[in-house]
Amino acid sequence: MSRLAVWRRFARHRLAVAGAALLILITLLVIAAPWIAPYDPAAQDWSQRLRPPSRAHPFGTDQFGRDVLSRVLYGGRISLLSGLLPVLIGGVAGTVLGLVAGFAGRWVDGFIMRVMDVLLALPSLFLALAVVGTLGPGWFNAVIAVSAVAVPAYARIVRSRVLALREEDFVEAARAMGAGPLRIMFRHVLPNALSPVLVQSTLSFGFSILSMAGLSFLGLGIQPPQTDWGDMLALSRQFLPGAYWLGLFPGLFIMLVVLAVNLMGDGLRDALDPRLQGRRQS
Amino acid sequence: MARYVLQRLLSAVVVLWGVTVLVFSMVHATPGDPVRVLLGDSARGATAEDLARLRSELGLDQPLLVQYKNFLAGLLQGDLGKSWRTNRPVAAEIAERLPYTLQLTVAALLVAVLIGLPAGVLAATRPYSSVDYALTGLALVGVSMPVFWLGLLLMMVFALTLGWFPASGSGTWRHLVLPALTVGAASTAFIARMTRAAMLEVLTEDYVRTARAKGLSEWAVVGKHALRNAAAPILTAIGLQFGGLMGGAVLTETVFAWPGLGRLVVNAILTRDLYMLQGSILFTAFLFIVVNLLVDIGYSLLNPKVRFA
Repeated sequence: MSRLAVWRRFARHRLAVAGAALLILITLLVIAAPWIAPYDPAAQDWSQRLRPPSRAHPFGTDQFGRDVLSRVLYGGRISLLSGLLPVLIGGVAGTVLGLVAGFAGRWVDGFIMRVMDVLLALPSLFLALAVVGTLGPGWFNAVIAVSAVAVPAYARIVRSRVLALREEDFVEAARAMGAGPLRIMFRHVLPNALSPVLVQSTLSFGFSILSMAGLSFLGLGIQPPQTDWGDMLALSRQFLPGAYWLGLFPGLFIMLVVLAVNLMGDGLRDALDPRLQGRRQS
Repeated sequence: MARYVLQRLLSAVVVLWGVTVLVFSMVHATPGDPVRVLLGDSARGATAEDLARLRSELGLDQPLLVQYKNFLAGLLQGDLGKSWRTNRPVAAEIAERLPYTLQLTVAALLVAVLIGLPAGVLAATRPYSSVDYALTGLALVGVSMPVFWLGLLLMMVFALTLGWFPASGSGTWRHLVLPALTVGAASTAFIARMTRAAMLEVLTEDYVRTARAKGLSEWAVVGKHALRNAAAPILTAIGLQFGGLMGGAVLTETVFAWPGLGRLVVNAILTRDLYMLQGSILFTAFLFIVVNLLVDIGYSLLNPKVRFA
């Protein structure tokens, strides 16, 4: 299947394109935070405490008079990174484990897959809590925790693709031509296993953003003075219902990002695997 | 059938054993000396002798394998150790919190099934209509919303502004309404999507056409012929919700100050109460494995193909 065909099918999926556009827009906004944020996100102005949205402060101000819009933009950098890093770390680790399990077979395969079963034996947020509990609260530890949650799905997907591809003629041909196991793994099998990995990554990204926001909400993720959207939501709790804007905007941004990624994922799945068209399942 | 059940049971036991190894290593992989973690601030005043005495009291001076053996032996007798903070048995603390979490997850699942299932059927019987699009859109928003944000919004509107339900605490059914809606929302959306997909598939089958041709009412066609044949994937989807509900419960318990297992785990992490953390994680895994086992067995009863796969 040519790259162009995939791209065309994706482009026809209007909601997926809208999702991609939204995600790109939010990403650009948070990257540009230092230039477009109207205030320093940490600057306190005690004369402007808990002000509702206005022209000077479009998203209002918090209990220290800090500008919520600026904090949403800066916090978004951490939140988006919180979604991306676990996908990269968990995705690479899971893919490598799946490749090794699928190629090595026998007890190596058995061992790796049983370990994955053990990781899946905990509800995902509890696995993340277990890891954060072991390493201690903090943003980086939370990233490691959520990455660990992401690993088993990748390992299972890649392993099953390897098992199917291993017997294919083109792999046999490569082997006959003297390609070593590493070359076969990365040159011939991995590229053909990438579609499901890509689709899994969109699911994983949404889940990671939500989990990282959840951990921050529980006080186990990002620590002050830094902030992310989950942490902002946690702080908003004590000022409800009066200062609704404190929680409204960070929550809205989390939802928009996850929604955008889910739409993209649906489109990507249909584009990469036309057989599944119309049978979208989460 | 008996063979399949036995096989699943055996692999569940193996996985559970793996979880005990994982959870046991957690306490021992934790950075720093567990005894110092246990003592917290008072560790500074403690002499080396004090630390050593405490270490031997807790059995932490023994070889790891011996410690693991003792840990496992304790587990088999339902002994999860003592909380470092309250000095009460971890099992007793869990037993106290468990009913609250079960109440919350069961109520949430009920919400999800009672709303998600009819919504999915409705969308499938009118595919690509405005009703279908509205429901599908709502379901997409439902799975994309952070559960604790939904909780805060519901609390703000229905508790703090309208005053219909209490904003926090537990005790009456009124306390349960908002947390259950919050925890159940994502599962409602998921069940609706799965029901729609499963129903769409069977609604095009010949036997459905036959049923219609016989002149059966739409109720009988959808309810009796289609829904029954779509039941297996839908029930599996429902069974798979448990893990997500447990995770959602942790966050929601924090929003509504609901005294369940989730609060216990989070407090254990914040206070570095390692045995409490170990015990509650292990117990949650046990619960999760048992539920998944029951779902698998239930699914194989509904769908005989699985047993021979």
